[in-house]
Amino acid sequence: MENAFGQPQNVVVLGGSSDIARAITKKLCAARTHTVVLAGRNQSLLDEAAAEAREYGATSTDTVLFDAEDASNAQRTVSESFEKVGGEIDLVIIAVGLLEDQFKIENDAAAVERMMMVNFTWPVVALAEIRKRLVAQGSGRILVISSVASVRVRRVMYLYAGAKAGLDRLCDGLADSLEGTGVSLQLLRPGVVRSKMTEGQKPVPFTTGVNEVAENVMKGLASGDRVIWSPPLLRYLFMVLRHLPKPVWRKIMEN
Amino acid sequence: MSRTTLSGWGRTTQSIATLETPRDEDDVARDLNQSREVIARGLGRSYGDAAQLSGGVVLSNLELGGVSPIDLDGTISVGAGVSLDELLAFSIPQGWFVPVTPGTRQVTIGGAVAADVHGKNHHVDGSFGAHVKEMRIVTPAGALTISPTSDAELFWATIGGMGLTGVVISVTLTMMRIETNQVRVDTERFSDLDGVMAEMLANDMHYRYSVAWVDCMTKGARMGRAILTRGDHATRRETNKPTLTAPKSAKLFVPFDAPSGLLNPLTIKAFNELWFRSAPKHQVGEFQALSTFFHPLDGLRDWNRLYGRRGFVQYQFSVPDEAGDTVVQAIKRLSSSGVPSFLAVLKRFGPSNPGPLSFPIPGWTLALDLPVGPSALPRVLDDLDELVLGASGRIYFAKDARLSPEKVRAMYPRLDEFLAVKNRVDPEHQLASDLARRLDLVGS
Repeated sequence: MENAFGQPQNVVVLGGSSDIARAITKKLCAARTHTVVLAGRNQSLLDEAAAEAREYGATSTDTVLFDAEDASNAQRTVSESFEKVGGEIDLVIIAVGLLEDQFKIENDAAAVERMMMVNFTWPVVALAEIRKRLVAQGSGRILVISSVASVRVRRVMYLYAGAKAGLDRLCDGLADSLEGTGVSLQLLRPGVVRSKMTEGQKPVPFTTGVNEVAENVMKGLASGDRVIWSPPLLRYLFMVLRHLPKPVWRKIMEN
Repeated sequence: MSRTTLSGWGRTTQSIATLETPRDEDDVARDLNQSREVIARGLGRSYGDAAQLSGGVVLSNLELGGVSPIDLDGTISVGAGVSLDELLAFSIPQGWFVPVTPGTRQVTIGGAVAADVHGKNHHVDGSFGAHVKEMRIVTPAGALTISPTSDAELFWATIGGMGLTGVVISVTLTMMRIETNQVRVDTERFSDLDGVMAEMLANDMHYRYSVAWVDCMTKGARMGRAILTRGDHATRRETNKPTLTAPKSAKLFVPFDAPSGLLNPLTIKAFNELWFRSAPKHQVGEFQALSTFFHPLDGLRDWNRLYGRRGFVQYQFSVPDEAGDTVVQAIKRLSSSGVPSFLAVLKRFGPSNPGPLSFPIPGWTLALDLPVGPSALPRVLDDLDELVLGASGRIYFAKDARLSPEKVRAMYPRLDEFLAVKNRVDPEHQLASDLARRLDLVGS
């Protein structure tokens, strides 16, 4: 069970070998988490993440292999992960995502489909199964990693940001649908994070490391806020940015 | 039968369960038979997740009523769902008081047994379980009548067993004679923690009831200033108003959730200052009503809403006499970390009871109310756990919402003894709660 500070004991991480997921898992294990099931597409990376979780205090870890480019495996991946935990699931993290260079793929139908699949369709299909299981359990939390990019979609990354925007808005409604079920859903909207995913990108203001994101997640789990911003200042920055007139917005965001 | 959201008094972790309200022993037995997992719940005054069970069946004991006449020696049989408030309304006019009462009358007899509640007289009279002669409980292995002489092992595992050995149906206990509904109170103000602790060590044994309220928000020389109130039931000769009317229910209540930041370091400091100054420096022989002395919090219904949506946790530990310094260290750690805490309650404990999960240790107990919010809080409390554990102390389950199973095992060295008894009456591990799952008390 999770404790009064939202610190869970049993955790499932879908996309468990991503840098952000690993940083969060470490912090969770250092607090109260003892059982972690990590699902992802690369066994050796998953094993590495699992070893790291144990190093930080987990007593039981397991892994599940899946490929987020095929939504037909989402239900199975969730079931398998839940069953490997065994008991009640306190927290499910959806850290599945794919960022590709848009200029290379925007005219490539198959690549665009892949972006939508990994960033939107797979997570949404997985959420259906997660929702069903947690509601039956009567408790539990879902943390969906969205992105600050979803708040206002920029030209240079409309595919990624658009898919995240879909996921983000859908989750807002899904979270409302969970009222009174004992289950809750929180969205994480990080700014640019130094990680494998963003390697080689040009540095922008408010870029943080994964540990800062994980720290903000721990605070967000304790507060129960619907949206966790990282860094927290972005919440206020985007209150302004999202309402800027289009020409000003483009001027600021594309230079 | 209905799916209901339940949480503890601290309103932190919520979960959904099927709530049933059995009317008698047979109903309880049937519910146990038909459900995978079950826990009993009274008035929901445990602070954390002790009386909730996500996805399981929660049995409200509030229909398990009934009060027998009081024998000449004070023996009474009470349904588990009867509250201390109801019991006192019945017994005070006849000149009887409960032998032990916590800071609120809004707990049921079943809950008082499950949490083995203690009061301001622990150093003299022990905890609630010490006054129980016999209990009727329903376990998955069947209904049983248990006492310190009939299945003592199960009896003492049930006292303080957090409802995990069975559902309490009724309790036979011994009440305490009183002549009036007044308490004769001595109040003294202390400018620091050392002063009040020395006075409690020296003279608490001359009083039946004793409690100190400590200010955790002051630093330096005034760190831990305190107000000590001690007293005993007034006799007919002492008071000029020898009446025996029962306390009335509170008219004041908190109508809605306060904003989460209402209780912050500033407001708490201001409150503590006011409260400290309003106490007399030294006053002897003041007469107070029973409810004023024992149940000050019952004057304001739903006061837990003052802590807002995020709720609050209570941290209560006990440490042996030789580790009295732990109390000082704990308050120092809190006041230096800037984590706000409402008045802390400091008391002396007498001997433990024979139960494997008995919380009291002869020595000291400190209880702190802490609003959830400051990001340092989880860490500070984890540090306090280490401190308490290093002093061979322990944390009270009825207040807990954040301890870890490893710490429980170290703090309660007789845990396996408890689990063995639980296994005997509950081999399928049907008796469970969110707290039991969190702290590994379900058994395996």
